[in-house]
Amino acid sequence: MASYWNRNPIRVFVFLILTVFVVVRSNIPSTPGEGAEERRWEASQVGDVDPGMSVAPPHPHTNTDSFQEELVVRPLHSGDIYASFQFRTVWEADFSRGNKVSHYQLFPKSLGQVISKFSVRELHISFTQGYWRTMQWGQPFLPSPPGAELWVWFQDSVTDVDGTWKELTNVLSGIFCASLNFIDSTNTVQPSAAFKPLGVGNVTDHRFLRYATLPREIVCTENLTPWKKLLPCGSKAGLAVLLKSEKLFHSSFHSQAVHIRPICQDQRCKSTSLELRQTLNAVFDLHTSGQAKREWSLFKMFSRTLTEACPLASSSKIYIDITDNSQGEQFELSPASSLLSQAVVLGDRRTFSVYDLTDQATFGSTRSLNLLIRLKSTDGDMLRPLLHAERYVAGYGLQTGEIHTVMYNHHPYRSFPVLLLDSVPWYLRLYIHTLTVTSKGKENKPSYIHYQPSKDRLRPHLLEMLVQLPPNSATEVTVEFERALLKWTEYTPDPNHGFYVGSSVISSLVPSTVATNTSITQEQPLFSSFFPCKEELSYFVRVYTEPLLVNLPTPDFSMPYNVICLTCTVVAVGYGSLYNLLTRSFQIEEPSPGLAKRIANVIRRMRGVPPL
Amino acid sequence: MMVGMERNQYDAECFLLYYLFSSERRRGKLAALSIAAMVILVGVPLWWKTTQTYRAWLPVAQINELAKLQLQLSADVEVVFARGTATPEQQKKVPVTQTQDEDHAVDEDTTLRYRHETRYRTATVMEEDALKQPTAAEADLSLHRLSESPCGSLVIYVIPESSSLLPENVNVYIGQRRTALLRIGAQMKVGKTLKQLLAHLEPRVKQILQVMSFSHNDITAALSDRVRFSPDNKESIADSMRAFKSSPGYEITFSLLNPDPKSHRLHWDIEGAVQTYIQPLLTKLSPVANFSLDSQILYYAMLGVNPRYDSSRSAYILNADSLAHVINPVEARLGSNAASSNPVLNFLLYVPDAHHSPLYIHDHKKREVQTNAFHSPRWGGIMVYNVNGFYQTGTNFPVDVNINMAKVMGVFLAQLRLLLGVQSTAPPSSFQVAPCGSSGLADWELDRLMWSRSVENVATATTTITSLAQLLDQIGNIVINDNIAQQVSSAVTSLQLAVAELEVGNLGFALQYSKEAILASEKAFFDPSLLHLLYFPDDQKFAIYIPLFLPMCVPILLSLLKIVSEVRQRRREKQAKKD
Repeated sequence: MASYWNRNPIRVFVFLILTVFVVVRSNIPSTPGEGAEERRWEASQVGDVDPGMSVAPPHPHTNTDSFQEELVVRPLHSGDIYASFQFRTVWEADFSRGNKVSHYQLFPKSLGQVISKFSVRELHISFTQGYWRTMQWGQPFLPSPPGAELWVWFQDSVTDVDGTWKELTNVLSGIFCASLNFIDSTNTVQPSAAFKPLGVGNVTDHRFLRYATLPREIVCTENLTPWKKLLPCGSKAGLAVLLKSEKLFHSSFHSQAVHIRPICQDQRCKSTSLELRQTLNAVFDLHTSGQAKREWSLFKMFSRTLTEACPLASSSKIYIDITDNSQGEQFELSPASSLLSQAVVLGDRRTFSVYDLTDQATFGSTRSLNLLIRLKSTDGDMLRPLLHAERYVAGYGLQTGEIHTVMYNHHPYRSFPVLLLDSVPWYLRLYIHTLTVTSKGKENKPSYIHYQPSKDRLRPHLLEMLVQLPPNSATEVTVEFERALLKWTEYTPDPNHGFYVGSSVISSLVPSTVATNTSITQEQPLFSSFFPCKEELSYFVRVYTEPLLVNLPTPDFSMPYNVICLTCTVVAVGYGSLYNLLTRSFQIEEPSPGLAKRIANVIRRMRGVPPL
Repeated sequence: MMVGMERNQYDAECFLLYYLFSSERRRGKLAALSIAAMVILVGVPLWWKTTQTYRAWLPVAQINELAKLQLQLSADVEVVFARGTATPEQQKKVPVTQTQDEDHAVDEDTTLRYRHETRYRTATVMEEDALKQPTAAEADLSLHRLSESPCGSLVIYVIPESSSLLPENVNVYIGQRRTALLRIGAQMKVGKTLKQLLAHLEPRVKQILQVMSFSHNDITAALSDRVRFSPDNKESIADSMRAFKSSPGYEITFSLLNPDPKSHRLHWDIEGAVQTYIQPLLTKLSPVANFSLDSQILYYAMLGVNPRYDSSRSAYILNADSLAHVINPVEARLGSNAASSNPVLNFLLYVPDAHHSPLYIHDHKKREVQTNAFHSPRWGGIMVYNVNGFYQTGTNFPVDVNINMAKVMGVFLAQLRLLLGVQSTAPPSSFQVAPCGSSGLADWELDRLMWSRSVENVATATTTITSLAQLLDQIGNIVINDNIAQQVSSAVTSLQLAVAELEVGNLGFALQYSKEAILASEKAFFDPSLLHLLYFPDDQKFAIYIPLFLPMCVPILLSLLKIVSEVRQRRREKQAKKD
């Protein structure tokens, strides 16, 4: 840094000028110094102002916001443990038709202002560090791609959607302390089918939808702190006391998300309220925790125990997944809970042991809850997820390549359709004529293809396909691409690391044997009630593939200067000889006598003989 | 013979050679000179033109004029004589208008001139009727109904000594609008000359003007952005620093801090309270700025200091010295407004937790502050609201508490008035000021605020524009785009208009133009395009130019030097020959 400043004295000078200038501008009123400091805190006198009006009668207060919190813990077959937090704040305020609402109770003011200023109908944002291993861990409750993902449905009253989107990303970037300001037209798409609104409302015109991912985004504590601030109890009480960054980021997978959507207030759905769901998922690795004993506890996971529920929460619960442990063969749970609950989640009926934190008895005599899970055996098979996908780049050299996306249907006898969404940056030029979809060695014709070609430096490729996956099969989608040459200012600071291509998104309604509850009235645990469910015998799943890392042809970055030097030298040599030809005068010079002659002359002079 | 002939031939050869040689040399010299001329006449201007940064034209002359600011504030004053204050002859002789100028040189670049145009007339019949009302307040109201005076002007009614409108020891009544009642002194019985009468009125009118219109103190305080002034005492520093700086908009945020949601379940009807108490004031202030209001409830928000327990009073005490540390931890939770960049006025209502209740604030003299509230200049206000009255023996926590919004809003309204710069300078003892009505702000108070805001805006905008012009002048690398030039020009035009409107006394327009000027000047000053080429260092430029320029220029320079030295040599030889 110091050397940088030293190298640029002019910059330093300019900077100083600006600094001094700013200081002067802001300083003038505070010149008086210490006297002002002393007077900074003054008692307020209410002498001459008399509100003098009829005292407003205290309204019968209706506290309309509600808050729920819950934690789901699922021991995984690998010995790792999956913890999923969900916090849900419901705000009974109807913004939908331009109502100006500015009084906040449990709902965070910063998000409320953003929603009303930018006329946002739905907002989903997730920050993820690590990749969710579906085949080892099963399906997550809420999927998210590595890096940052943001998708927003705007109200249909918004006229300049792109401008609003740009401003919104900048504001969100400030709120969540993330580089969302790097979202621009080159990585934003408008999916036509893959991202339908999750809340109520009938607007499905995808002109009001924007979707963008930043696969490179690194997630760390600076993103967690503002996220925790949005909770009504902060990290002071309730389940959120467990969210300590030193443990959360020492995990194999960490994902935090904010989902805002309008939901029905009651069954008749005459008015809507706004729901804010904050979710945080983490997978802790048994081996990296460096303990020989095969056991997990709240303290071991989070280095905290629970002592109370958030007093503002109407429900505060911990669920432990004990489906595979009906006789205690997999692990031992202490303290045991008498409360059991069943919920259909991701097409599977699961059994949970429930701990209600609003009940003082849960904390026992020690007034603190430290759930202990002692793992016993590793055998027993995990239920294989029915849908799974992976992706890789094939090919060699720096000119062309091929993207392979493989989707697996593990259902033994049912085929089902999936919607594949691919957003590829413009610098990978897709040859769409090479697109092939094959399953079981045969061509599988997609029933719907939406392709939007890219424009250089303006927008990415968008490819959406509806593909039928035959039972128990792998379906491969391949497309060839050519790597473009970037301008030298378009490269990232570490171009040899490669360029990221965001995950493919596969959305599907997977058939299930267990009937999903479709009514919205019945009280459900939060983790099983996120995706709206319209049919009983299928459930919605979204699967994200790995992001790709692609190398682009990378120039030698000192080249511009080398080229300048070389050209200048060539020009100078040519110019120099021409100049010499034009300006030098030529004259005949007497050839000087040879060396022998000169020596002979010297000798002759010494002898007194005239020279030759 | 032989030798001579040889010699001749040799001479001729030599001459030929010499001739050829010298013509060759001349040609070379000419070539070198013409190449140098080409480089200077074509190459250098071409290079200069192609590497120039774009700098749009700025109205520098007008900006320099603005650097020397001559502000004139004009206010119209109407003095109306009621029956029994002047004789008919006097009334006939009264001058129709009278202009009083007052000049102040604030510093070498800024001069102020206050102009009061006083018009005299006698009261109309209807005004006489209005003045017969039983109380001053009613008279004020009915006078207001008769005619409405424009923004920035004043009407002073001179009423006879015998009038029963004012109490014994009160000489001047200042109404809620732009009128004042002035009781004529006892020594001014009928019979004095007109000159004496006017001389008697003049100091009193001036006093009234000090209170109801601009005063020199206010205006110099408003000029603080331009002028480094050294106030006389701490009191006036604190006064001038308390109010927020002028801005086209303000965000007002009410926050209820509940550090202990386990013991208190607080309910506040902020929506209703804002409608009843705050909104009327803000509606009245809407010509000055736009306001947006919101509120939030923050749980587990603690103060930064641990209050001291006072066993004699069985209460907790916050000392004035420690108040400075109270806000910081809370401020992290307040959050900034994501949707705008206007300054935020924070009003916090703090309900101490059950273990630190009741909590009282003590001032520097260790006395309890009656309102239990304090404010921080240019930040906002905090009020402590004790709820221990709701505890009864054997109450179950949490306790439901309904907050008395009338009590809270009274304090916040007073703080809001202070922070917005609605100053209530103490009037002289013989003055009676009408309590401001339902809007919380009298018309003349709004006028005062508008005077000082216009002057402040003009001062800030001129400083911004002149320093921008200076900066652009000093740093040649900065690109000046057309949009910046346009912003600067519009700021300058608005400034000139604002100054002109102040001069003729159109207060509303002056404020409007001064706001436009400040917006345009700030926009130009903070435009990001100014920074694009600012950091293009010269050493890197030279590094790129040297490979081209060095090999090209060195031969040209050398041959030019050679030519010059030859010319000198020849001249010296000629000189020697002559001698």
